[in-house]
Amino acid sequence: MSERSIIARWRARVGLHDVLAQILVALVLLMAVYWLVGNVISNLERQNIASGFGFFNERAGFGINQTLIDYDEDNNYGRVLAVGLLNTLLVSVLGIAAASFLGFFIGIGRLSQNWLISKMAMVYIEIFRNVPLLLQIMFWYFGVLRNLPVPRQSLSLGEFIFFNNRGFMLPAIHAGEGALWYLLAVIVSLGAFFWLKRRARQMLMATGNIATVWRPTGTLFLLALLTAYLIAGVPFQFDIPVLRGFNFRGGISIIPEFVALLLALSLYTASFIAEIVRAGIESVDRGQREAAAAIGLTGPQALNLVIVPQALRVIIPPLTSQYLNLTKNSSLAVAIAYPDIVSVFAGTTLTQVGQAVEIILVTMLIYLSLSLVTSLVMNWYNARIALVGGTHG
Amino acid sequence: MAEWTPKPPRPAPASSVGLGAWARRNLFATPGDVALTVLGSIFIIWLGNMLLDWALINASFSGDDRTACLKPEQGACWPFIDAKLGQFIYGRYPEAEIWRVNLVFLFGFAGLVPMLVPSAPLKSFNIAFLLGLYPVFTFIMLTGGLFGLPRVETTDWGGLLVTLVVAVTGIAASLPLGIVLALGRRSRLPVIRYLCIGFIEVFRGVPLITVLFMASVMLPLFLPDGVNFDKLMRCLIGVALFSSAYMAEVVRGGLQAIPKGQYEAAAALGLGYWKTTRLIVLPQALKLVIPGIVNTFIGLFKDTTLVLIVGLFDLLGIVQFHFTDASWATPETHITGYVFAGVVFWSFCFAMSRYSIFMENRLSTGR
Repeated sequence: MSERSIIARWRARVGLHDVLAQILVALVLLMAVYWLVGNVISNLERQNIASGFGFFNERAGFGINQTLIDYDEDNNYGRVLAVGLLNTLLVSVLGIAAASFLGFFIGIGRLSQNWLISKMAMVYIEIFRNVPLLLQIMFWYFGVLRNLPVPRQSLSLGEFIFFNNRGFMLPAIHAGEGALWYLLAVIVSLGAFFWLKRRARQMLMATGNIATVWRPTGTLFLLALLTAYLIAGVPFQFDIPVLRGFNFRGGISIIPEFVALLLALSLYTASFIAEIVRAGIESVDRGQREAAAAIGLTGPQALNLVIVPQALRVIIPPLTSQYLNLTKNSSLAVAIAYPDIVSVFAGTTLTQVGQAVEIILVTMLIYLSLSLVTSLVMNWYNARIALVGGTHG
Repeated sequence: MAEWTPKPPRPAPASSVGLGAWARRNLFATPGDVALTVLGSIFIIWLGNMLLDWALINASFSGDDRTACLKPEQGACWPFIDAKLGQFIYGRYPEAEIWRVNLVFLFGFAGLVPMLVPSAPLKSFNIAFLLGLYPVFTFIMLTGGLFGLPRVETTDWGGLLVTLVVAVTGIAASLPLGIVLALGRRSRLPVIRYLCIGFIEVFRGVPLITVLFMASVMLPLFLPDGVNFDKLMRCLIGVALFSSAYMAEVVRGGLQAIPKGQYEAAAALGLGYWKTTRLIVLPQALKLVIPGIVNTFIGLFKDTTLVLIVGLFDLLGIVQFHFTDASWATPETHITGYVFAGVVFWSFCFAMSRYSIFMENRLSTGR
């Protein structure tokens, strides 16, 4: 009899006083909610605070220094919410990518045969995961990036990229009409890559032969680029930032708040991901590695075909919760005024409108939905890589 | 006839013992390894050199204001830390009353250390002291207003004191709350089960900062007119509720790992739900998840820094606050302050994680 069926039997034995206890709990809860809501209503009336979501259509009247969609002071609070949400998503997605990449390498480094590399990875992990993230964000922002020289004395990288206390200035690429051909070339190559990869996998399963995918894809990509060049020439213009007066004009400027937040989130989360990757790889039985060597797989082949697919099953669930943590931690943006959802919506908008209940609830609801979506995507991926055929796994 | 005597064994070949062999095995095994080792060494020397320059060689060690830290190529500005240390530990706690805080620290330390050493005697007495007497003592000592102690408002508390008060209260409240929630989540009563699931999933799905915002701006709206309580108290509630949701999931992991035979055996002995839980299930489940519990504590300790966003001055908050002091405004003040705060937080968290590993090894019996 499984534990589940024991619990099921317990449930079947729910007696009268259990029902009464539940009714009592529900009643107490309802009364508490009634009391709280009553308090809120009377408090709002007394303080003359409006309720409802009408404020979404009111003019916001404040500027935001990083917007992915068009926004100015005359837009309404609904638009503010959208701008903030997009900024949250931007830093979360880039942070997840950077942290995974870095964490994977540090996790591998931790397992390196090389004593020095392994110890360096250990020191990194122990330092970054034991210092509060907020402190790290503030360190990068107030300690490092705000301490960079003023625009006139910018540090520069080959006169194209400039670093100063107002952020990073990068050259912008303006694409003309012919750029579509280049886009087409990339899409065709990507499509070919996935198709070839699928075929190579089918062939591996059917015959055991390993086909290279990179060489044909690379050749195709170069050919496609050449074709696009012959058709469209070079339809790109580089807009290089230049110093005009006290600040730079042209190019793309990346605000220091974004750089600090992204840097801190990636470095912090990478230390956790590294430990997860290490634990995942260590969980693969030594016999698997020996068997892979015995059938003549090379080191990288063994890693790709034997170790990583099995380690992933252990890695994915805790990795998911790290991704969720990173997304939630991006809310610390408010400490350095990066315009994320908490900063512009639960911060500035709340101060201006004063409708704390609605605004906090909406913010929480958005984070809940973000968590839910991330969980769903990762669960789908987890199910895809889980053991097929369900043996003793 | 001479008796046969075996020759003494030959020593291991010189190439497999000693420092050289160790280095060959662990640092220079393959050409790739050699490259990595060389690159790694260069990086370490570069970084170490930079840190040494900053923290010692180019640093200032004495001075009364910013002029001590303005030389060219200035490194760390340690006099800033020295001048503000009292503030960093006690905040604006009145100077004449600081002995009260010190006494609380001392008793806490004296109660905690024998608790953490497994072989120390009088554990039950110690637990009674830490959970019964000590919180009352701390409350009276820190807030005052009784026994002729002058009252100290919590708005005057700050620095490490606030960090420790928030962390310790959060830890002390989140463990029992988390256990209750975890048991509730596995309850056979649907109302209780869904309530617990809802609570846990909501608090795990939102960032702590929104919970703190809720505690600081929304909670006053939920209370009747005229009833209001301390901001520190409100943040404590927020932190405790938040971490109890995470604690509940850790404890649930332990509960799920208890084999069904344990429940059956308890049922066979005639134990009811509460006795089974208290005597059979929880002791085993909690022991299994000690690493997870300590990890949650570490997370909570780091999360205490977030109270600065709602206007309390914890260690990081007070360091940040003193950057605004114009008499210490130098380009290196910020980094020095952050490094100091970072080292303090790091020491606490690192000590906790090492202790967790120690307990894990000690308790890994028979499984």
